[in-house]
Amino acid sequence: MKNETRVERKSEREIVITRTFNASARIVFEAWTKAELMRRWWVPKSSGLRLLSCEMDVRTGGSYRFVFEHPAAPEGMAFFGRYLEVSPHSRLVWTNDESGDAGQLSTLTLEDLGDTTRIVLHERYPSAEAFEAAKGSYDGMPESFDQLDELLVG
Amino acid sequence: MVQLSRTAQLDAAFAALADATRRGVLEQLGRADASITDLAERFDMTLTGMKKHVGVLEDAGLVATAKVGRVRTCRLGPRQLDEVTAWIDRYRQMWSARFDELDQVIEDMKQKEKERAQR
Repeated sequence: MKNETRVERKSEREIVITRTFNASARIVFEAWTKAELMRRWWVPKSSGLRLLSCEMDVRTGGSYRFVFEHPAAPEGMAFFGRYLEVSPHSRLVWTNDESGDAGQLSTLTLEDLGDTTRIVLHERYPSAEAFEAAKGSYDGMPESFDQLDELLVG
Repeated sequence: MVQLSRTAQLDAAFAALADATRRGVLEQLGRADASITDLAERFDMTLTGMKKHVGVLEDAGLVATAKVGRVRTCRLGPRQLDEVTAWIDRYRQMWSARFDELDQVIEDMKQKEKERAQR
């Protein structure tokens, strides 16, 4: 049985994602901070996209850069930003700079509950307009997630 | 209803949905139309409090009301809710797909640690 992913819009420019994982916070944190692990899950197979490269310098002030294969951009589409806070096993804060000043600030908090870890990912956009613009990008999301659901049910 | 631009209306809808009582009201109206008095009783609220919530939902286009005699009946507004939930749903699906793969990575990590500990 899979753990439920909850998504809640908190305000006109904030969204919060909650999920529990069946492992200690140390393991979950590692999966978010090591490139060789991150690249195995950040771009789900079902998305139809492929991760071309993944560079992460996970320390306060360090930067990251992911490049995806994308039909609209043969040279790849880059997502990048900086880590503002790296507190092992409990908190990770990073910027999303590919959209200039309109990018969201992502705050990941991990709560160790013994055998499980509850994560809260809080995404705050600089303004309601920026949120609206980012939201638009999901309108073109591949339908393959629905296919994945069917696959999981079947 | 106040006329808002499409974007402003979507924003109003999101703001309206940020409240648990209002989400409950929508769920309730999804099952059956109800008067404001019914809703106030069901959610254990004053009539004034419920009127405010319904007002917010109505401005966002999520609920439509009609006065018949002395009773104001509420029902779901047209289309708007689908648009909002459809977006949230796509977003949730993306994260859900990611996290399901992360589960797999985590299981592998746990397995490796176990093997290492046994050696």
